[in-house]
Amino acid sequence: MKKLLALLLALVMSLSLAACGGSDEETPSDTTDEGSGAEETAGIAAEDLQIGLICIHDENSGYDLAHIDGLRGACEALGIGENQITMRINIPESQECYDAATQLADAGCDIIFSDSYGHQSYMALAAQDYPDVTFVACTGDQAAVAGIPNLKNIFPYTYESRYVSGVVAGVKLKEMMDNGEVTDPYIGYVGAYPYAEVVCGYTAFLLGIQSQVPEAHMDVQYTNSWYDLTAEAEAANALMARGCVIIGQHADSTGAPSAVQSAREAGTNAYSVGYNIDMLSVAPEAALTSAQNNWSVLYQATLQHMLDGTEIPADYATGHADGAVMISTLGDSCAEGTQEAVDAAWAGIDDGSLKVFDTSKFTVGGAPVESYTFNSSIVDFTTGNTIYEGQEYETIVDGAFQESVFRAAPYFDIRIDGITELNPS
Amino acid sequence: MSAPVTQHEPAVRIVKRDSIPTWKAWCIRLLAVVLALLLSGLFIFAVTHLNPVAVYQGMFEGAFGSERNTWVTIRDAMMLLCVGVGLAPAFKMRFWNIGAEGQILVGGILTAGLMIHLGYTFSTPILLCIMALASIAAGALWGLIPAIFKARWGTNETLFTLMMNYVAIQLTSYCVALWENPAGSNTVGIINMQTRAGWFPKILGQDCMLNVILVMTLTVGMFLYLKYTKQGYEIAVVGESANTARYAGIKLSRVYIRTMAISGAICGLAGFISVAGAGHTISVDTAGGRGFTAIIVAWLAKFNTFVMILIAFLLAFLEKGAIEIASQFNLNNDASNIITGIILFCIIGSEFFINYKLVFHRRKEAAGK
Repeated sequence: MKKLLALLLALVMSLSLAACGGSDEETPSDTTDEGSGAEETAGIAAEDLQIGLICIHDENSGYDLAHIDGLRGACEALGIGENQITMRINIPESQECYDAATQLADAGCDIIFSDSYGHQSYMALAAQDYPDVTFVACTGDQAAVAGIPNLKNIFPYTYESRYVSGVVAGVKLKEMMDNGEVTDPYIGYVGAYPYAEVVCGYTAFLLGIQSQVPEAHMDVQYTNSWYDLTAEAEAANALMARGCVIIGQHADSTGAPSAVQSAREAGTNAYSVGYNIDMLSVAPEAALTSAQNNWSVLYQATLQHMLDGTEIPADYATGHADGAVMISTLGDSCAEGTQEAVDAAWAGIDDGSLKVFDTSKFTVGGAPVESYTFNSSIVDFTTGNTIYEGQEYETIVDGAFQESVFRAAPYFDIRIDGITELNPS
Repeated sequence: MSAPVTQHEPAVRIVKRDSIPTWKAWCIRLLAVVLALLLSGLFIFAVTHLNPVAVYQGMFEGAFGSERNTWVTIRDAMMLLCVGVGLAPAFKMRFWNIGAEGQILVGGILTAGLMIHLGYTFSTPILLCIMALASIAAGALWGLIPAIFKARWGTNETLFTLMMNYVAIQLTSYCVALWENPAGSNTVGIINMQTRAGWFPKILGQDCMLNVILVMTLTVGMFLYLKYTKQGYEIAVVGESANTARYAGIKLSRVYIRTMAISGAICGLAGFISVAGAGHTISVDTAGGRGFTAIIVAWLAKFNTFVMILIAFLLAFLEKGAIEIASQFNLNNDASNIITGIILFCIIGSEFFINYKLVFHRRKEAAGK
C-alpha cells in the first residue's frame, strides 16, 4: 500500500515536471515567431530563416528524397543551417497537411514547402490563416490565379529530362531492332494518375524515343497512386506480358525497375527507364537511366528571394539550362552512341533549337495540332463552377506547344497518336 | 522455502480474481503506463541513443504544446470517441461490428456529395442538417444489412460487417473518381473552399467546437441509454447470454436490428463530422482506420462512454506525439509507432492482471485463505 502510494506520488511529480518543461519551451519560440514575421519585408538573415518541409512519404521514396536533398542542398549553398529546417514526413494529402502546415507556421517557420500536388489546397487554406508566412506548394497549379499573395508554386521542366531519357531508350531500342532482337518497337509506361502532369511526361518520353525510332508506340498503365511498390511492379509485369520492351515510369517507387530486372533474369528481354533516382542499385542490368529533377535549383531561387526580401513569383519553372533537370548516370546496358545522342539533345534543348513538343513531330487523329487553347481557370469539374478565374492562352506558338510557360505546372493534356491508355479514368 | 512438497506444484499459478476494488484496478493500469514508459524509454535509448525524457517531452509538445496542437488533438480524439460511442452498444451485446470503417465512409460519401451538389442551393445551417440526417440514414442502413442477415439467417456478423467495409471503400473510390478535382488527379480536393458552404461554423472562435459539442452530447446520451433505459438493459442481457435473454422473453432479432441501426447511425454521423467538420473532402482514407482503433477504445473502457473519453485522448495523444517526435528527432515514423505499440501492449496487458492474479507459492495461497 505504502509502496503504491510512493510510486503514485513519484509519477505525479515526474508528470507535472514534464508538463512544466513543455510549457517553458513553448514561450520563447512564440516570441521569435512574431519577431521574424515583422522582419520579413526587409529580407531575413540566413541564420534567422526558419524553413518547413511537408513530404508525402519519407526518404525511402525517390521523389521525396529528391525534395529533401534539394532543400538541404539549397540551404547549404545559401549558408542556412540544417537545424533551421523542420520536416514533416508521411503527411497525406488531407486535413493532416493543413494541420502540419499551420503547426509549422505556429512553430515560427517563415516559409513552408509541400512536395505533392494534392497538398496544394490545404496549403492555400493555411496561407489564408497565416498571411505573413510564405507557402510554396511544389508542383501545384493554382498560385497564379488563386489571388492568395503568399501562396506560390514551383515546378521544374521535367518534360525535358523525360524527353532525353526517351532518347536513351530510343538508342537502345534501335540497337535491339538492328540486332533483330526486337521487331515491334513497343513501349510500356507506368503512370500514376491520368492528368496533365503525367500525360505531358509520357508524351515527352515517347517523343524522345521516336526521335530515334519514329515508328515506336506506347501503352500507358495507370496505378492511381504516386507511390505503390506492388501496383507499379504489377503494371510493369502486365506491360511486359503485352510485349513491351522498354518500361518507363511516372510513379515514385522502385517497383517497376525491380520487376523489369527480375523479368530480365528470368529471360525476358526488356529494359527500364526510371524516375527520380538512379535505379541501377535495384536494376543493375535492366536500368538504362532515370529522368531526374534537381529541386535544389528551384528551392535555392525561392529562398534567395526570402533572404533578399524580394517578391517571390507566384509561379516559377525552369529547366536544364538552369540545371533544374537532368538524367542519372547511364547504365552499362545502354547502347553505343547513347552519350553522344544525349549530349546532342541537351545542347538542342539548351539553345532552343530542339523543341520537345514540336508540332511537326506528333499528330492527333492523323493530323498535326495547329491550335490548342489552355485555360488557366481552376474549374470544379463536378459542378462546372469556376473556382479561380484565369486567362486563356494559345499554346501552339512557333510550331511548338509551349509547355510550362503560361503556368509552371504542366498543362499539356493532348492524347497524341501512338499512345494507348490501358485504363483511362 | 524449498520444501519437497512444492516440487510437484507449478511455481506460478494463475487464479481468476472474483472481484477487485476499483482503486486497485486503476493502480494496476497506472503501473502498466509507468512500465510502458520505462520499456519504451529503454527502446528509445537502445536504438537511437536519445534521452527518453526529451522524447516524451517532445510527444507532449506535439499533442498539447500549443493551442493549435491541443485543438488538433481534441478534434482527433473526438472523432475516435464518436466511433467508439457508436460501437459500444453493438459490442456490449457481443455483436462484433467490425464494419465501423464502412459505416463512417458511407456517411462521409453522402455528406461530401450533398456538399458538392447543394452547396449553392441551401444555406449552411440547413445544409448541415440535411447532411447530418443523410449520413445517419446511410450509416444506419450499412449497419442494418448485416444485422438483418444475422437475425433472419444467422450469418456471421464479423465477416459480414468486415466485407461491408470493402463495399464501402469501393463505393468511395467510385465517388472520388466521379467528383475528382482536377480531372485525373484521383482526389476530390477541398470541397467549397471559397464559399465554405456546408462547413462547420466556428463556435467561440474554434473550428471544431461543434465537433466537441456533438460528440459530447452523443457520449452522455449513450451513457444514459446503456445504463438507464430498458433497451440498454436488453443489450446488456443479450451480451451476457443470448439464451438468458431468450428465456426472459427478449426478442433477439429485434434487439440486434435496433442496436445495429443505432450503432451504424452514430458511425455514419462520425463520417459526417469527419467530412463537414474536419477534412472537407472525401477519400478512401476518410475513415483512416478509426473504425478499427475505436474497437480498442470501446473495449478498454468496458463500454463506459466516460472512460472512453480518457482512452480516446490517450490514443490521440500517442498519435500526435509520435508524429512530433518523428519530425523533432528525425526518427522514422516506424520508430514512433513502436513506442505507441509498446504503450498499448502494456495497457491492454494490464487487463490480464486485473482479471487474474498470479500465485507464486502454494503455502502462501493457503496462508492467504
